[in-house]
Amino acid sequence: MTEEAVPEPHREAWWRRMSGRLGRASAGFGALIRSTLLRRKLDDEFYDDLLEALIAADCGVATSEALLERLRARVRAEHIHEPERALLALKEEMLRVFATRDRRLRLDARPAVVVMVGVNGSGKTTTIGKLAHRLRGEGRSCLVAAADTFRAAAVDQMRIWAARSGADVVAHQPGGDPGAVVFDALQAAVARRSDCVLVDTAGRLHTKTNLMAELVKVRNVIRRVIPEAPHETLLVIEAPTGMNAIAQARVFHEALALTGIVLTKLDGTSKGGTVLAIEEELGVPVKLVGLGEGIDDLNVFDPGAYLDALFAGVGEAPQPE
Amino acid sequence: MFDTLSDRLSTVFRSLSGRGRLSRDDVETGMREVRLALLEADVNFKVARAFVDRVKERCLGADVLESLTPGQQIVKIVNDELVALLGGEQRRLRYQSQPPTVILLVGLQGSGKTTTCAKLALATRREGHRPLMVAADTHRPAAPEQLERLGKDNQIPVAMPDGKRKPPELCRRGLEEARRLNCDVVILDTAGRLQIDPVMIAELKQIRTRVTIHDTLLVVDAMTGQEAVNVARAFDEEVGVDGVVLTKLDGDARGGAALSMKEAIGKPIVYTGVGEKVSELEPFQPERMASRILGMGDVLTLVERAQAHIDQKQAEAAAQKLLSGRFTMDDWVEQMRQLRSMGPLEGILGMLPGGRQMVRQAGAAMPTEKDLSRLEAIVLSMTPQERSHPEVLKGSRRRRIALGSGTTVADVNRLLKGFDQMQTMMKALGGRGGVKGVRGRARMLRQLQGLDPSQLGLPVR
Ligand SMILES: Nc1nc2c(ncn2[C@@H]2O[C@H](COP(=O)(O)OP(=O)(O)O)[C@@H](O)[C@H]2O)c(=O)[nH]1
Ligand SMILES: [Mg+2]
Repeated sequence: MTEEAVPEPHREAWWRRMSGRLGRASAGFGALIRSTLLRRKLDDEFYDDLLEALIAADCGVATSEALLERLRARVRAEHIHEPERALLALKEEMLRVFATRDRRLRLDARPAVVVMVGVNGSGKTTTIGKLAHRLRGEGRSCLVAAADTFRAAAVDQMRIWAARSGADVVAHQPGGDPGAVVFDALQAAVARRSDCVLVDTAGRLHTKTNLMAELVKVRNVIRRVIPEAPHETLLVIEAPTGMNAIAQARVFHEALALTGIVLTKLDGTSKGGTVLAIEEELGVPVKLVGLGEGIDDLNVFDPGAYLDALFAGVGEAPQPE
Repeated sequence: MFDTLSDRLSTVFRSLSGRGRLSRDDVETGMREVRLALLEADVNFKVARAFVDRVKERCLGADVLESLTPGQQIVKIVNDELVALLGGEQRRLRYQSQPPTVILLVGLQGSGKTTTCAKLALATRREGHRPLMVAADTHRPAAPEQLERLGKDNQIPVAMPDGKRKPPELCRRGLEEARRLNCDVVILDTAGRLQIDPVMIAELKQIRTRVTIHDTLLVVDAMTGQEAVNVARAFDEEVGVDGVVLTKLDGDARGGAALSMKEAIGKPIVYTGVGEKVSELEPFQPERMASRILGMGDVLTLVERAQAHIDQKQAEAAAQKLLSGRFTMDDWVEQMRQLRSMGPLEGILGMLPGGRQMVRQAGAAMPTEKDLSRLEAIVLSMTPQERSHPEVLKGSRRRRIALGSGTTVADVNRLLKGFDQMQTMMKALGGRGGVKGVRGRARMLRQLQGLDPSQLGLPVR
């Protein structure tokens, strides 16, 4: 997953799953979008419908209005008259937001250190379990630092996932210092010549300044052992999150200089449109997506496939099934 | 929470009430702004549309525009409708006269069910009940262990899964366990699930047929976006929902989920989770939430708390002085003492309109209790004459004060400069009218929103 952005077979499977699952939401984006096809003219009502569709996908008022502004300009400049062509133009505009960002995980260093951060319950521990499994499948050895010392039984949960994926675990007593766990884990990884260290952290709301400061401390501990690390600092956001995701991304990015986003729970009915605003505003790329609770339900993010799934049934987009 | 929404709404309301007469167009424009504000706060787009239509209809009818104060009437209409949207009345848990009362928690993955389970158990115990928790999430790794830990830490019995028994059977056995232990409340913690997962939804239905449930609570993350409504509807249709617990309200979620729930499924929010600690659960109060959203701050809460700690007359006198600019350092120290006896400064400011924003903007610069003590020490090191006429404080006096208070001359300088700025500013504010009565106080609170804490004369590093 580091060399090639999206290997073809993966892409195929992922797209089918995405579109299959996204298509399930009856009042979802697809249905709303397709309903705009029924309009005959590109009038204000057409744009109003589109605005609602984008907002329903959690793209937010500001981003949606900006997108539609660009669409209107194109419609004028290119003399577009049909809803279908306008929708394809919109899709292109959305693709442009995602365009040309490197979405590969930077895991060339040894050990490569990946830190998973995010609010409570977004899917950090699960994602680490899945990612470890994936990396193990690529022949890399993984060591997990169970640095969520706060939530009850978080370490047990991490241990079970690590066992499933064949990763080693370094953990301390509950209530201990996360920095100390990470320090020990890195030392162990260096000694054992592990390929990857995956750091699970406690969930925290970005508004809690003391907890954000704690994360910065953990990061500094990492740098003390390995100055170039962490190589990846990934913010885990769940697709059901609304506009708050943007605030989360902003604050976590300011504190830690994020290298990517993991968008989880895309197997539900939420579209996760907030990532559009996050990419546009902060330039932080979505790197991975979570599509379920199984160990294999983690994929590389492919903007084209994501938009194909959202716009399924419009123009050249291939039909699901 | 709700800050951004209340900020945007107050902008709309200011422009509406700033004018004597309002046309239909003014209302249309205002309501479009209201709709966008709601959408930005994650209110479901259908709910937002319906809300604005209702408000518009009421605004354009019944002589509102012909009245003397159309702007204020519109604000009142929005307030009424917001309270209705939030669920009108407060509701409690449905305790049964025939124990045990069985509460079922359902929701998406990661919404906060397990933590809420322990919080609810504690809440029922505070109300004189004997709760038992059933760990019926056999799906997520270590979920039972999490509940077991919470139970141990808080001395609440937990029925743990054993062997390969399925959740419905675990729930039934949990009830038996409760009877054996003489517990009169049973809370069932279930696995998080997608509302579109047929197998997992069937499991909930089986639980419902196996045990009699008295209160099914849907646990919803307050940060949820547009899909909150579809999720809630599906759970309600499939398993039946009696009420909602809204979690993670201690962040800066804009509360769209809170505003959309009642409209989506007609069921009220019962409790809100406001922190990671098991004690951080609060009964939901729609009216307070509505006034908070409208940008009036949680004035009710503040007034209640203040009344417990502050001598009302003294406070008013101080406010008068404050705004007249005849505010001496003595008054100021007195204010600080009273503020401090009310609790941490962030908490107090957070309850004022726009106060949260102030706290946020100030960020790390927010004065700590220690800063305040230092401040007090400086002022107490001044002679009475110096306190009422700070302009006499020249170099040597400043050095003496710094020495006496264990601070530096720079600290003293900062304090004096800040105090001077504050006095000037307060004079300007006070010039716009007195602070008599409730209206006056409300206005003062509003004016205070514009202040930057670093200008309040606090020696902040
Ligand atoms: N449906 C679905 N559930 C997920 C996904 N990722 C995580 N979860 C679930 O979300 C819940 C919280 O995940 P967890 O990893 O404990 O979150 P953490 O608190 O951030 O570590 C668990 O029940 C996970 O099984 C996903 O991609 N899809
Ligand atoms: Mg975790």
